[in-house]
This record gives sequence, C-alpha cells and structure tokens, in this order.
Amino acid sequence: MRATFKTVQDFLSEFYAAPYRSAVARAKRDQDDLFMLMVFAELLGVENPATYYTLELQPLLYDRFHAWHTRMGMERSPLDHFRCC
Amino acid sequence: MNAILLAVVGLAAFAIGYGVYSRFVATTIYRLDPNFKTPSHELEDGVDYVPTNRFVLWGHHFTSVAGAAPIVGPAIAVIWGWLPAFLWVVLGTIFFAGVHDFGALWASVRNRARSVGALTEDIVGKRARSLFMIVIFLVLLMVNAVFAIVIANLFVDFPSSVAPTWIVIAVALVVGYLLYRRGVGLLWPSVGALVVLYLFLGVGQVLPISLPDGVFGLAPNGLWVIVLFTYAFIASLLPVWLLLQPRDYVNGLQLFIGLGILYLAILLANPTVVAPAINPNPPTDVPPLVPLLFVTIACGAISGFHGLVASGTTSKQLDKETDARFVGYLGSSGEGALALATVIACTAGFASLGDWEGVYSSFAAGGASTFVQGGAAIINQGLGIPTAFAATLLSVMVVLFAATTMDTGVRLQRYIIQEWGTIYNLPVLGKGWVATGLAVAACVALAFGAGEGGGTGGLVIWPLFGATNQLLAGLTLLVITVFLRKLGRPTIYTLLPMVFLVVMTVMALFIQLGTFWQQQNWLLVSMGTLILIAAIWVSLESFSAFYRARQGATQPGD
Repeated sequence: MRATFKTVQDFLSEFYAAPYRSAVARAKRDQDDLFMLMVFAELLGVENPATYYTLELQPLLYDRFHAWHTRMGMERSPLDHFRCC
Repeated sequence: MNAILLAVVGLAAFAIGYGVYSRFVATTIYRLDPNFKTPSHELEDGVDYVPTNRFVLWGHHFTSVAGAAPIVGPAIAVIWGWLPAFLWVVLGTIFFAGVHDFGALWASVRNRARSVGALTEDIVGKRARSLFMIVIFLVLLMVNAVFAIVIANLFVDFPSSVAPTWIVIAVALVVGYLLYRRGVGLLWPSVGALVVLYLFLGVGQVLPISLPDGVFGLAPNGLWVIVLFTYAFIASLLPVWLLLQPRDYVNGLQLFIGLGILYLAILLANPTVVAPAINPNPPTDVPPLVPLLFVTIACGAISGFHGLVASGTTSKQLDKETDARFVGYLGSSGEGALALATVIACTAGFASLGDWEGVYSSFAAGGASTFVQGGAAIINQGLGIPTAFAATLLSVMVVLFAATTMDTGVRLQRYIIQEWGTIYNLPVLGKGWVATGLAVAACVALAFGAGEGGGTGGLVIWPLFGATNQLLAGLTLLVITVFLRKLGRPTIYTLLPMVFLVVMTVMALFIQLGTFWQQQNWLLVSMGTLILIAAIWVSLESFSAFYRARQGATQPGD
C-alpha cells in the first residue's frame, strides 16, 4: 500500500515538474546570479554593506562562482583577487 | 445513428492508427533506433535535458497540446453535418496529426533537440525561419483574442462557472506553496485541489455571477474580455512556478477526469445523433465545406502548435528514440479523442433535429457553449448528474483550458516583443511590463476591432486562426519532408499531407478574404492578406527546398 502511494506520488511529482522544470531552474539560477553579484560586489568595484557577513561564505562559493563566470562567457575568473580556476 | 457506434468506431480507428500506421511510420520512414543516444542523455543537465518516463512525458505532452481549440473547432464545424467533422477528426488525426507530431519530435531529437523554428533555418533556409516567426506571432495573437471571447461567452451563458473558475487560481497558489515552501508530496494536495474545485462547482450553482450590462458602454461579454486581458497581463508577469505551473497541473488532472466522465456517459446513455450526416440545408452564411472544414477544425485533426511543443520541451526529455511513437503519435490521438467527444456532444446532445437546427442557425452560432450544452445533456442521461451541474463542470473545463493557453500565449508574445527590442536596439521593449502591455494591447485591438465590436472579434477570426495554424503545420511537415529527403527516405507520407494542407489553406484564405472585403472589415482584410502572402511563400519555399534536397539527396538511409 505504502509502495503504491509512493509510486503515485512520484508519478504526480514528475507530471507536475516536467513541463516547467527548465523555467523554474532558470528562475532559480537568475536569483543565484544576483546573489553572487551581491556577495562579490566590492570585488567588482561596487560598495557592499554586507561584506562582513558574506566574506565567510566565500570558500563555499568557489564552485558556484566558477559556474557563474563560465555561464557569463568568461573562460577564466574575471577577478584578479579571486581565482577559482 | 447512435453515439456509441460513433465513439467506438472513432476510438477503434485511433487504436488501429496507433497500432498499425504509426508502427509502419516508425519502422519504415522515421526508422526509430532503440540504441540512438537521445539529447536527454547526451546533453543531460537536470534542467532542460532530463530523461523522462514515457507515460509522464505523454501526460505532459498531451495536456500541453490539448486546449480549448479541439473543442471550439469541431463544435462550429458540425454545422455541415456530423459526417465531415467525424471523418476529418478521425482521418486527420491518424494520417496527418500523428505523422506531424511524431515527425516533429523525431526530427528534433535527431538534431540535438532543436526547435522546429531552428530546424527550419538549418534544413530549409533563413527566409523560411523569418516566415516561421511571423506565423507564430500571428497564431499567438489570434489565439488570445479568440480564447478571450470563448471564455467571456461561457461566463455569460453559464454564470455558475465563474466562481469555480476563479477559485482555481487560489487553489493553484496553495498547491504551489505547499509543494515549494512546505515540501509536501503532491498526492494529497492534488486530491484536495480536486475536492475544492468540485465543491465550488456546487457553490457556483448557488452563487452564479453575472456582470452588469452597460458598464463603460459594454455588454457583459465585452466587459469580461477586458477583465480577462487585465488578468492575463498580471498572470503572464508572475513567475511560472507561482501560478502557471500549478494551474496547468490542476488543469491536466481535470482534463483526464472530464474526458473520462464524458466518454463514460456516452457509453451509458447511448444517445441518438440527431444532426444529419450531411446538412442538406445549412444557413445562408455558411461557407463551402471544402476547403473551410479543414481550417475550421485545426486542433483535433492537425495543428501546427503541436510541432512547437513537440520540438520545444518534449524532445529534450525523450528517454529513448523509440518512445517518440508513444509520446508524439499517441499524444495527438488523445487530442483527437477530445475532438471526437466534442463532435458527439454537439450532434447527439440535443433532443431533436429541430432543437439542433435552432442552435446551429448561423456559422458562428456553434462553439464552446454548444459543446457544454450538448455534453451536459449526455452526462445527465448517462450518469444522472443534474444537467446544470454537468454544464458547469464542462464549462469550467473549457474555460481552464482557454485561460491557461491565454496565460502562455501572452507570455510567449512578450518574449517575441522583447526579442525584437534586442534585435532593433529598443531597450524600452526589453521591460517586461512594456512588452506585456503591447502584447495585450494588440490582442485587445483585434478582439474589439474585428466582428461587430464589443470584444466579439475572436469568433469571427476563428477560420483565420485555423488557416494560420494549418500553415504552421504545413511548415513543420515541410521541414520533416526535406529532412527525410536528405536522408534518402520515403517522403510521400509527409509530403501529401503538406500539399493538401497548403492547398486547402490557400483556398480558404481566398474565400475568407472575399467575405472580409464585402464586409469592408479592413483589419481582417489586412491580416488575411498577410497570412495569404505567408501561405504562398510557404508553397514557394516548399518547392524550392524540396527540389534542392532532391538534387542533394546522396546520403544513405541511415
């Protein structure tokens, strides 16, 4: 019985997600890009009042930062002080 | 003639079409390869390219292509009698739509899941790509204008459908919230959403909502059109996960239930088809059956819009190439089944021939309301559900289809306008609300500029919408045919439907242009001329591309 419920649940979830998977993922990625900009704002010359709080997040963001600059069409990190690759 | 016979013959024909003809097409023409690495595997990214279970993908594809159009078209076309509509729906689905949808999916999968628009440029040429963009924009423009008046008319004819329709927005928002913010599984929210929806069908009976006459000098239909476009403006600017995604989902569930109820009622009630097989005395304003039948019923027989869906999202998620037959061909058969149910509802849902003739008193008299009226009578006979409740159920089903299509249509138009803003360096068009405003304004202008005013333009342009949609289908078939030719495979199975569609569309456009000219409706004359030029252009491109492919068809079959 439980297995049947799980199968139905999974089927409905796929049916729900499939048509809009791409649009939702894009929206999430746009938000992430904005967040990335906020975190690295001062490195781009924009004053960022949240520096103190965001600095400690940097080690956690290397991979995402790398994905971001690649997506923006830059093969290498654009920031001299922040090399991820 | 009894309705069960019509339903059984039609559904059996679809089953044979799928079992025999689609198998023949899959093995002989498209030559599906179970070992071919599909783009969902080759380019898998968890976002666009995701291998998906074929049943889920079929459900997604079917609900994306099935809208209000396979209801409105057949509901108008039975004015020529039930036989022409029945034959075109059944044969069109088997030999035209199935091959078209299946082919668009296959061609896209074989070309790294590129859209039909991109394939047009690659396979046929740049001019054809430009033509493709124009035709898509026109289809979207007309879809929105048409569906606004379809919904408005249903709200006026069945005021009990207003409350359940709008409550779906709240239900969708709650489902979206529970899923994304609370991480709740979908089973219980789905059950809850359907329970609330069906409860509100009852609430709608007790609290029917009608708009007052004469506000801003408009009849209630016109006022509803304004309300609907205001809603569409707001909805298309919201993130898709917030409203469009859960609405589509609830709508999909409702489609399966509504269609199931209707077919079950037909089987239990076995109503008599009171309409004549071929109407010997059609009203004076009814245009000739050939060619207008073939553009009046577009979706439900063949529709260019399906090619966009098949090569847009579906092809990126196809797990195995052999699944293309199940997803593409059977997806179009599902829509054929909806159109078949409409033909039966609009010809067997009346007590007598006199009643039927009373409703079908002029060409545009039939439509979604006739489907609701006839279908509700059959549900009442078959399942004992009160006619008024059944009518509310069916009208909500049609309204939800049309509204979801409008939401998507306005959003897609916005994207096209924003793209033009980039191409022509007009940054102001890049702003979401400006582009959406322009898209909505164009639709409103068409809705109020055509016909007799008051927002009723949509139904007047229905055959023009059908012609444009068939033109899009013709273009897609052209792309598939040229691709087949380049591979050195048989082309007759896609070439013949393409030639037939283009010839019928051009003939229908000439007839419609004559009518618009006599009515001195210059807006429609301009639009019709634009579409006619596009149709002739398609014919020339077809000839030229096919000739070039014939010259260069040196590649072996595989």
